[in-house]
Parts: sequence; C-alpha cells; structure tokens
Amino acid sequence: MNLPEWLTPNLAIFATIGGVAALAALGVVVLNNAVRSALCLVVCFFMLAFLYFTLNAEMLGILQIVVYTGAIMVLFLFVIMLLNLGPMKSLIQQRDPKMIVGGAMGLALAGMIGAQVLAPLVGVQEPRAPEGFGSPQAVGYSLFSGYLYPFEIASILLMVGIVGSILLAKRRI
Amino acid sequence: MADWFSHLHPAIQALIRVLLLVVPILALVPGLIWWERRLLSWMQDRIGPNRVATITWSKTSKFVPPFLRGKKTSIFGLLQPIADGVKLFFKEDITPSAVDKVIYFIAPGIALFPAFALGATLPWGPYPSLTPISNANVGVLYMLAISSLGVYGVVLAGYSGNNKYSLMGGLRASAQLISYELAMSMSLACIVLATGSLRMTDMVHEQEKPLWGLAPFLQNWYVFTPFGFVAMVVFLICMVAETNRAPFDLPEAENELIAGYHTEYSSMKFAVFFMGEYAAMFIFSGVLATVFLGGWNALPINWDWVAQHSTIPVFSGLADIMGKLNYWLAPLWFMGKITFMISVYIWLRATLPRLRYDQLMSLGWKSLLPLATVNFIVVGAWILVSRIVAENASNQMMGAIAGVGLWVVAGVFVYSIWRVLNKMSGEPVLESRSVTLVDPSKEGVAAS
Repeated sequence: MNLPEWLTPNLAIFATIGGVAALAALGVVVLNNAVRSALCLVVCFFMLAFLYFTLNAEMLGILQIVVYTGAIMVLFLFVIMLLNLGPMKSLIQQRDPKMIVGGAMGLALAGMIGAQVLAPLVGVQEPRAPEGFGSPQAVGYSLFSGYLYPFEIASILLMVGIVGSILLAKRRI
Repeated sequence: MADWFSHLHPAIQALIRVLLLVVPILALVPGLIWWERRLLSWMQDRIGPNRVATITWSKTSKFVPPFLRGKKTSIFGLLQPIADGVKLFFKEDITPSAVDKVIYFIAPGIALFPAFALGATLPWGPYPSLTPISNANVGVLYMLAISSLGVYGVVLAGYSGNNKYSLMGGLRASAQLISYELAMSMSLACIVLATGSLRMTDMVHEQEKPLWGLAPFLQNWYVFTPFGFVAMVVFLICMVAETNRAPFDLPEAENELIAGYHTEYSSMKFAVFFMGEYAAMFIFSGVLATVFLGGWNALPINWDWVAQHSTIPVFSGLADIMGKLNYWLAPLWFMGKITFMISVYIWLRATLPRLRYDQLMSLGWKSLLPLATVNFIVVGAWILVSRIVAENASNQMMGAIAGVGLWVVAGVFVYSIWRVLNKMSGEPVLESRSVTLVDPSKEGVAAS
C-alpha cells in the first residue's frame, strides 16, 4: 500500500467523521420530510461527538450526546410525531428569485468564513487536546471555583424557566 | 495481565476486547430467553417449555446402547430458543405498504445499537488489558448518554409503522424513557459523589475498601451503605423502566396497543427488537452489579487482609486460596450477579401488574426523582461526617457531633423512604385523569 504521505490514519478518520457530519448537516436543510431532517440532525450531532472524542475531549463529546442527541432531539422528534408532519407538498415553489439570492449569499458567507479558518489549518496533521484537558475533574473544579457565579446564575435561570413553563402549562394552580 | 497481549497492535487489542464483551452476550441471549420462560412458568405454577431436545431412543436400533433403548432423555427443553430462532427466521417477512420505508428498515438497527454500545465501559473482571473496552474517565456518564439513545429505535419504529397503535407506543416510550432517565442519573450521581470518580473500575476498587471505614475484613459494597441501598432501589426501578420490561411495558402493552411500537414488524426485524431488549437487560444488570454489588468480587470479604492478619495458619491459607479464586474466576462471579439481577427482572414480571399511565408518571417524577435528590444530600452528609470522624478519631467532642450527624443522616433517610411509601400506597389522583367515575353504590350499577 502506497498511501500519500499526508494521508495519516488520524486524518482519514477525521475526514470520514467530518464528511458524514457535513453531509448530515446538508441533509437537515435539503430533505423535506421533517422526521428525516431531525434524524439527519441527530446523525450530525452524533458525528460531532465522535469528532470531540478523536480530539481527546471525551467529556465534551459525552455532554454533546447527553444534551443534544439524548434530550433535545428526542423532544424534537416527539413534537414532530405528535403533530404527525409529513412532507410538505403544497409549499414547493418552482422558480423563486429568493433562491438565487440566498444561494449567492450563502456562498459568500462560506467563502468569508473559509478565508479566515482554512489558512491556519493548512499543514495541521494531528489536532489533539493535551492529556487530561477537559476531564470531569478539571471541568468540575473550574465550574465550582473560577466560574461559580456564572454557574449559579445559570442554574437560577433554569429554575425560572422551569417555574415559568409550569405556570404556562397548568390550567389551574 | 498477559505480557503477549500488550505486544499486539492496538486495533487488534481493541477488537479482542469488543469480541470478549459482545460474543458472550450474543451467545447467552437464547439461554436467557429459556431461563425467563422456565422461571416464569415455575413462578406461575405452569410447566413451561420442556419438550424440545427430548430424545426418544429407538427400541430396536443396534446403534443405541441396550440400557437406553425405549427410554426418553430430557434436558429441560434447553433447545427451545433454537426452535424459536428457526421459527423467526422462516416466518414471512411482511412490510406493510404504507410504512415510511427508510425509517422502517433502519429502526431495528438503531434499537440494537445502544444495547450493545452500553457495555463499552463495563468492566467484567480485574484484568485491565482485557476489560473494559475503554476505561474512559467519563465511564458512567457514557453509559447514561448511550442509554438515552435507546429512545430512538422505539420512537422511530412507532412513527414509521404508520399505525396509530405503533405511534401510541412510540409516544409512550419516549415519555417514559425521558422521565426515568432523570431519576437514574440522580441515583448514579450519588455513587459518583461517594466514589469521587466517573470511572467504572474506580467504583469497583472503592467498594473493595473497608466496610464503612471500620471493618477492614469486609468490603464496602454500596448496597451496604444507606445511601447506596436507596440509590440501588431507585436505579433498579429506573433500569426496569428503561428496558421497557413489565411492569413498565406500556410502550408494548399487548392488551392495549396490540404490540405497541413493533406492531408492524415481523420475522427477523421483530427478532432484532427482541434481541436488543434482552441485550439491554443483560448490560443494565451488569451495570447494577458493578456500581452497587461490588463488581467482579464474589463475596464482600477482603481475602488478602484476612490472609495477612489471621493468626491461625489454616485460615490464612484458606483465605489465600479464596483470594486467588476470587481473582481468577472473576467473570464467573460477575456472571452470577448478572443472572441474579435477570432473575429479579423475571420475578418482577411474574409478580407485578402493569402500571397505569398516571401511576407511571407520578412514580417517576414525584417519588423516585425527589428520593434520589434527597439521597444526594444524604451522601454529602455521609462523606462530611466520615471525614470528621477520620480526622478527629481521638477527639470525643467531635466524635459525639459526628454521631449526632450520622443520626440526622439516618433520620433523613428513613423519612424519605416513609414519604415514598406513603405516596405509593395513596389513592390515585382521579380528577387528573379527567375521567368521571360511576359510583356503584348508588344508581349506577343497579340501573343498568
């Protein structure tokens, strides 16, 4: 086997996972069945978690799965199923000038971000976090020391959210 | 452990670790089905499957030894799962015309994936090179993350069937699994707090320490601590709910929803769902054994300590042998604990009727979640008190305060259990079901 020198196994795995994630992200926008779009988003989030694993950030990857794939997307699917949304046949427009303008602006945005992001990434072979970076111990320690106030304020915010949703959902209290 | 193993290519090592977990599960699921049917029939005073693999020896053949001619040899219907498997393979595979084809075909695979992926951080023995597959520092969190993916298979199967009963099953499953995940996470968080690590192997090693920090010849299995016991009860209930087993089998309630989310599945696709459910039972039992029942240790006794400190030579020699057995037969002990937990599953199925939907929700949200949260505070108090005792063992004043603190902990613990029992035995909240009940004592029954 004569693989080119730049094609390391790490790069191959990175490209595979990243490619699937990008395809799934595209599928979210392109597919017109709501359930399939949601599934593509699940795949995209899952692949992102794998990307975090390959970068040695296990905690971040697991939290990605717990929060987005395990909780938020399940609720999305639940709502879509509850409304029983099929493909929207009546809303397909044949010719729309908005599509051309939107496509052009999207390409411009991609070019702009690419110009900023791609240059520093040329020649990077093995992007990895140092060992122990973002481990549960480190995250917990910084949450309860340096970032204690933001952490507590965020928890109060969540509490307010929960109370508010109960207030909205309950007919009589 | 073995030196040659560490010289293999890392990918091959990983492959061996994966096979050592997946192959036993795949091989043991048929045995598990047989065990479930036999134990259930015994509990319900039936006979159960005992016919398959009964050999009737020929009366006339020369190839049969004389003492066997005309006799029957029964091996308790042990080959029944093979007969079931053959039946499932050769059944007609019907795909209804109105299903969402893509999702219909991938749903069984999605249901099977988390069941096997769950075991990746589960250690089945004290052999660091062979198990677990990945000793990641997020062990328990990984398990929770993967178990939360179990919803997808069920929900997608329910949706793609294009059948209102399937959809109902899928909706019920998603509500049930999300509700019980919370209490499950809280009960595991208690153990994480007590261990100080998310790693599964660290949890087992923590349980090999002296019982309550006092008795060095016994092991501190979390079942034996008050908070660990409560957490185990909560985890056990949530684990039954997460695997959709009776009494929490609302998603596939056969007398309400035909077969729930897998109504439209037949033949091998149904078998894949079945397989996933049993594999998940298997691995959840393993997690419970690891986290609460001392993992791979056979008995809660520190054999090494006994061997070193015993004054009677016979005892120390015996303890030495027991310690070696404990180490080298670890998978056997672990398997024994899993078998016990699976028998508990079957026992629950044979004993309890299915919960009503409002009972399911109130048990999850109003009983288990508050209980697990109170338990979390109890663990904190327990750790605090044990540290005070350890630091000031000579100071009597501190000892007394620590004693009072322990009593407060025990009080909170008893109160929380009493509260849950009280709630569970209470009257069902009827007005919340928006059903008008007819009172049979008045005109209701007599008139009709």
